[in-house]
Amino acid sequence: MKNYLKLGASALALTLAASAVHADGKLSIYHWFEYIPQEVLDKFSAEHGVEVTMDTFDSNEAMLASLKAGKLGSYDVAVPGDYMVEIMAGEGMLDTFEPSELSNFGNIQAQWMDVSFDPGRKSSIPYQWGSTSFSVNRDVYSGDINTTDIIFNPPAELSGKINVLDSQGEVMALASMHLGIPQCSSDRDQLKALNALLQSAKPHWASFGSDTAKDVLVSGDVAVGMIWNGFSAKAREEGANVEYAFPKQGYVVWMDNVVLLKDAPNRDNALKFMNFLLEPENAAAITNYAQYTAGVDGVTAHLTDAVKNAPELNPPAGASGQFIMACSQEVQAVYDKIWTDLKK
Amino acid sequence: MAGGVVEKSTSNTSTYAGLGVFMMLPAWAIIGFFLVLPVATMLIYSFLTKEFRGGVIWEFSLAAYDQFFFDRGLFGDDPARIEWTYILIFWRSIWQAGMATFFCLLVGFPTAWFIATRTGANKSVWLFLITIPYWVNLLIRTISMKFLIRDTGPLNEWLMASGLISDPIHIINTNFAVQLGLFYSYLPFMVLPIYASVERYNLAFSEAAADLYATQWTTLRLVILPAVKPGIIAGCILVFVPSMGAFLAPDLLGGAKNFMIGSLIEEQFKGNAGNWPFGAAVSMILLSMVLIVLTFYARQQGKEGAH
Repeated sequence: MKNYLKLGASALALTLAASAVHADGKLSIYHWFEYIPQEVLDKFSAEHGVEVTMDTFDSNEAMLASLKAGKLGSYDVAVPGDYMVEIMAGEGMLDTFEPSELSNFGNIQAQWMDVSFDPGRKSSIPYQWGSTSFSVNRDVYSGDINTTDIIFNPPAELSGKINVLDSQGEVMALASMHLGIPQCSSDRDQLKALNALLQSAKPHWASFGSDTAKDVLVSGDVAVGMIWNGFSAKAREEGANVEYAFPKQGYVVWMDNVVLLKDAPNRDNALKFMNFLLEPENAAAITNYAQYTAGVDGVTAHLTDAVKNAPELNPPAGASGQFIMACSQEVQAVYDKIWTDLKK
Repeated sequence: MAGGVVEKSTSNTSTYAGLGVFMMLPAWAIIGFFLVLPVATMLIYSFLTKEFRGGVIWEFSLAAYDQFFFDRGLFGDDPARIEWTYILIFWRSIWQAGMATFFCLLVGFPTAWFIATRTGANKSVWLFLITIPYWVNLLIRTISMKFLIRDTGPLNEWLMASGLISDPIHIINTNFAVQLGLFYSYLPFMVLPIYASVERYNLAFSEAAADLYATQWTTLRLVILPAVKPGIIAGCILVFVPSMGAFLAPDLLGGAKNFMIGSLIEEQFKGNAGNWPFGAAVSMILLSMVLIVLTFYARQQGKEGAH
């Protein structure tokens, strides 16, 4: 009996010790779907002896809802888009760090240092950035595609063959650019015009879908699809004869950022991971996979030629994009109503 | 014989006397944790004030229900009128779920009858075949359905290759596609309960009816249907209720162009709307409607039991 007890005690001690070591080496990531290659995660695990777990989400809003519903405190880092960084900071969901805590902090490109959504980069580092507009199947349509008319007032041969992202923010932003009105405008006539535009455009649309955005273009279900530039490059590589548009009225620019979450269970490992992602070689590995653009200096040398020369990643001179703005509560209420009326 | 049964039940009573309350504990715990708590949370949240970008403020408010029933225009300051938007969305869901139930019954009843009247091992094989697709996740099956019916999918390619049609039949992103998805997703929920009822049905009754000069139609109407009615009703409930709240089929096959109740609720939590009290209120309204239908059914059953 005594022996058993001893054995039990030592087994218990061993387990405790083992789990203590384990707890030291963990990192919990909350990330977009299909956005980081497994090799990069494996490399980080191997270099730092850290066990990495990752959950994924499919929209900024879904991530926010999940963190609000009690997941905050179980993840170390998340990857919100630009406007969402600002919202999360406002909700008190982000921890801050000192530049001295990241030895690679200086690798952040100057243009992405003092961003409006996190001035001075106190809680976030750049992950990838890119644009959102739309792609057109060139087998179906050969005219000028660099205009938002393709989505909101399409030529007859494209009507009924359009997929738009099932994402209020991106559709509203592009529609505002089409009308030439500021985003989140609280002007009643402008909001009415926005509502009327979407109502008149909807009959031309075949479907709403975000995670299916690439698939419907490749399969030929639609001839036009609102899409992120990297996804369009992938669609092209998968054999679809699609061209990505940079509309003259404007397009959406976004930047995803790795943020340090408040109450992160493994703050040290989170910082190690962020530092690791600022290493040009690692940032490039993600760019080669996701086909967006890194916000880190020194990446170019590690890029594949296909990515370096991708037309989706190189906007023509004169085209200009806008970040999506986070609207005030009053305007957001009107946006929600417009969106529900659009989909009722 | 009857005396023996009474004796046995008496001994049971004395064995467990006084333990009744404790024996109920597991059941109460399960009901409390999985039914009462979530529904109570929903009910409470539906009467709270919404917090901007998701979450709730702990102040009583009827705003969620007000939003459901009254329309105050785009900017919220017009005089209140009846809000038709959500009633339309509910009506669409009820219509789709009702049609799915109808078609499932139309196909499910003969299928169940066929299986139940097979003999021995054959029966097991047929049942097994019915369940096989359901080993796969609903999302995957819905996406597979999308692959099959798209304009460039195998169905259209085959029809065109065989010369039956010259242009692809446009199915994807239509209400018909949603209908097909619901029908396919929930068909076994119709087949299995009806099968269970038909299996207990004694075929000699049909023979007796025929001997008494009943036509086949009369036999079906007056003999078979009353006997298998519990299975049919159970099947209808099992198809109708989940179809009402479905969002995979409308999103993936219908192109997410028109909200059904499920996607409307999802949008309140996962979309930009971030209106948790409204999502909870819509869920409560849906739940109440389902409860009314089920209560009605239970009463009918009770009446029949009394006869």
